[in-house]
Order: sequence, then C-alpha cells, then structure tokens
Amino acid sequence: MIEIKNLTKFFGPKKAVNNVSFELKKGEVLGFLGPNGAGKSTTMRMITGFIPPTSGTAIIGGVDITKSPIEALQKIGYLPENAPVYPEMTARSFLEFCAEVRGFSGVEKNKRIDETIEKCFLKDVIYQSVSTLSKGFKQRVCFAQSILHDPDYLIMDEPTDGLDPNQKHEVRSMIREMGINKAIILSTHILEEVDAVCTRAMIIANGHVVANDKPEQLRARSGLHGAVRLTLQNAELEAVKNSFNVLPGVKEIEVLDDRQKLNLRIYPESLTVPLADKVLKCATDNSYQIESIYTEQGRLDEVFRMITEVGEARSRLDRMVKH
Amino acid sequence: MPRTLRNTKIIMLRELTGYFGSPVAYVFIVIFLMLIGFFTFSVSHFYEAGQADLRSHFEWYPWLFLFLVPSVAMRLWADEKRVGTIELIMTLPISLTEVILGKFLAAWIFIGIAQVLTFPLVLSTMYLGNPDFGTIFCAYVGSFLMGGAYLSVGSMTSAITRSQVVSFILAVVACLFMVLSGWPPVTEALIGWAPTWLVNLVASFSFMTHYQSIQRGVLDFRDIFYYLSFIFFMLYTNGIILLTRKS
Repeated sequence: MIEIKNLTKFFGPKKAVNNVSFELKKGEVLGFLGPNGAGKSTTMRMITGFIPPTSGTAIIGGVDITKSPIEALQKIGYLPENAPVYPEMTARSFLEFCAEVRGFSGVEKNKRIDETIEKCFLKDVIYQSVSTLSKGFKQRVCFAQSILHDPDYLIMDEPTDGLDPNQKHEVRSMIREMGINKAIILSTHILEEVDAVCTRAMIIANGHVVANDKPEQLRARSGLHGAVRLTLQNAELEAVKNSFNVLPGVKEIEVLDDRQKLNLRIYPESLTVPLADKVLKCATDNSYQIESIYTEQGRLDEVFRMITEVGEARSRLDRMVKH
Repeated sequence: MPRTLRNTKIIMLRELTGYFGSPVAYVFIVIFLMLIGFFTFSVSHFYEAGQADLRSHFEWYPWLFLFLVPSVAMRLWADEKRVGTIELIMTLPISLTEVILGKFLAAWIFIGIAQVLTFPLVLSTMYLGNPDFGTIFCAYVGSFLMGGAYLSVGSMTSAITRSQVVSFILAVVACLFMVLSGWPPVTEALIGWAPTWLVNLVASFSFMTHYQSIQRGVLDFRDIFYYLSFIFFMLYTNGIILLTRKS
C-alpha cells in the first residue's frame, strides 16, 4: 500500500503542493489530473524521494521514503517526466545497468531483460544507441527500466507522452494489466486515458487535491450527466418542444441544432428517475422519426474545467487571507 | 561483495563505458598526449637537457591539468541535470555516496589511462640513459593524485550548475587558486611582508607544494594524506550541494 501523508512542498515562498494525503492499495490505478504546473510532478518526485518534502511523507509498502529511501526505492518503479535515458548508451546496456543496480546478475538478469524487451516491443532497437532513438522508443526504454524488477508500486509521470496512437494503446493495456496486482500512480492530462486505465482519478489544481473519485463518479458531477440526447428527422421544433415540455421529470430542453435535423438535449429534474424511456414513448406517440437517442454520461473535460477553476479560486482566496 | 562496493563499481563501469562510448574520451586523450609532448620536447627541451629523467615532462602537469581535468569533470553532474538522468539515478535504490564515488573514480581512472599512455617517454629515457625508476614512479603517483584533486574540484563545481561552461570556468579558477598559492613567485611575493607561518600555511594548502616534493622522488605519507583528504572534502561538499540543490 502507498500512504501519502500531508505532503507539502514550498519552493521559496511558493506553495507547490499543499497538504496532499491519500492511500492507494494494490489493484488500484490512480490517475493524477491537473493543469500544467498544478503540482503533479512535484508530488510524484516527493513520493519517489527525488525531492525532499517540506513536511509530510510517503510510506511505500510500510517503508518511509524520507527515513529509509533505499529500502523504499527497491519497491518502486519510477518513470520520470520526459523519460530520461543516458543518450550514449544502447538500449540493452542501459537496461543491463538498471538491472545490475537493482541487484540482478547472471542468468536472472538476462532473463529479466529479455522479458522486459519483449513486453515493451524493444527488440528492433536494443543495440541502437539511445540518442538515435525516436521519442516513442526512448519513452519505452525508460518505461522498460521502471518495470524491469517487477515492482509492487509503479509511479509514472506522463507514461504515454510522445507516443503515437498505437503505442498509446499498447502502453495503456499494459498498465491496465499490471494494475491488477500492483498499485500504480500515473499522471496525465489526456482525459480519455483516465477513462481507459484508471480505477480512481485525482484532480490537482494549484497544489490542492480538488477531487478524488472514481472516473465515472467524477463524470457524474458534470451538468450533462443524465441528460437525454435526441436526434429527430423532419420534426417541427415548436411542436416537439411543447410535447416534451409537458413530460413529468423534464427540467429543460436545449436545442443544439434545428437546421435539417432536430438535435435536442433534455435535462432531467432528478438523476434518480430515468428519462430516456419517457422521451422515447412520447416520441413514438407523436410518431417523430428518431435517428438516435442516448443518455449522456457527462464529460470529464467539463468536470475537469469546472473543478480546476474552483481550485484556482480557492488558492486565490488563500492568498487573499494571507495578505 | 558488500553492497556499497558493488553499487559503486556498477556506477563506475557505466560511467567509464559512457566516456569511451562518446568522442569525448578520444579527443581528450589525443589532445592531452599532443600537448604534453609539445611541452616536454619543444618547450622544456627534453633532448637538449641531456638528462635521463622526466622532470621536464612532469613539471607541466599542474598547468596542463588545470585546463584538461576540468574539461573531463564538467560533465559529471551538469550533464545529468541537463539530460534529466539525475532524476533517474537519484531514484534508483543506491545511495548518493555510491553515485558520487562511482562517478569520481571513473573519471579518475580515465585520467589515469591518459597518463599511462605517456609510457613511450619512459621507454625513451630507458633507451637513452639510466633513469631512476623510483623517482619516475613517484612522479606518476604524485601527478595522478594531483589529477584526482583537480577532478574533485571539478566534480563539485559541476554539481552547482547545469551548464558545463559555467562548471568548467569555476573549476579552472578554483584550481588556479589552489596551484598559485604554492607557486614560488607567489610565495616569494608573500615572504617580503607576511609572517613565515602565514606563508607556510598558504603554501601548504597548495597542490604545487605537495606535488613538487613527490615529483622529486619523496613519497611522503603527509603529501598523500593531503591529496586524499582534499578529495574527500571536495566530494563531501559535492554531496551537500546536490542535497541542497534537490530541494
């Protein structure tokens, strides 16, 4: 288990991370979300002991990173931001170096390296020097380094940054697979990634944790959540509006498009009563031609914008209180 | 093998292969050998002196190392910071001491290799006369130790900055100071007005003073101790700088 206890970091007078606490069990994949400069990387650097926290600590598998860093680091695999790798080394010799530092030697070392190379699709480039590799391969070499020793805890700063869509897909399925028996923290600003791999999402803005929830619950915070999207052919706007407005449970009707087809978003009064079947029934009763109908899940990017703006406001308030 | 030793060795070997994997190593060795040859033969007139010793060779080390050693040391930490690999190496399960030592030893061995490649000079003196091998051996040990001291300064200044140029300049200035404080023209200028103990104190801190006695063939324990403790002090400072720079 990873326990983060009141992590706080000041850079000079600037508070980069403010009292972040959470726990992460094995089998969970936590996604750090947040605008640039929100404190995601700083938090991860403190968890991995690269930056000492101003106060608070991280306990990794029962070992305090600030007290016995080496023991704690043995349990961690870390992929730093921008995936740094020694440019003059070949991919293979770099992985050998990392394996040796992790205490592997002989047959075991070679077995681990071969397995990792296989897993990360590095076979074609292992004898190439890293400086000649493309960004995607470099990223994967560094990724390979982080999973080489099969750690219980994985911390990855933007693991899919710079990868093409196919590679992103591969890396994500790897993370999902590893997430079954590891505790993984990753940061990203690609929201679809959170949906794809994370069991929990944490939004950080200005060093504050402003949300910590399952992705689907976060999405439910969206104003669009539960609204019914409806596309009708050859229907007359006013008539449609009138017939839906009288339905019980309809709060508001938003017209998205009324040029050729009628595209509506119907907001429910409460989320507990499903609206779709009523809308559907009403539409068939009036014999409107339905092209499509679905209930919106809410959009993460909308929630993200909403929540981070709250975070901004909160830190502005903090500053005002201080002065 | 104890952990510390093993880890230091792993870091050291990685660094050494790093040197020889890039053109830096070859450029350095070629320039070093060309310059030392030029000074020994053309400036100090090795042949014309008609003596079967290597004094004309070893007297140039303090000056040549002044520029060449910082050029080896400047990349030690500055480059790790620039490329970002410092974040990688600091989050591997190894201690800072092991990393500092491993890096330092690799660079030191590298300088040692460059020095060993001056062996044709020894062969020449053997061919031309009967040199005192004890003195030559002492001079090699002394110049190697002095190279280590230069290197420790360079390693320390390299930790301060992410720019190799800044690191190089700082190291050259610091080393110049360490050399000049024992250089006869400077000590003589001091003798005129300063009390003897002060002159001795300043001079005893200098690379030059300790180098000259070793070079003459006197391998005194105090000189060796001076260099080793100087290196230790510099690397310790190096560690403290890295720790404070982290936060």
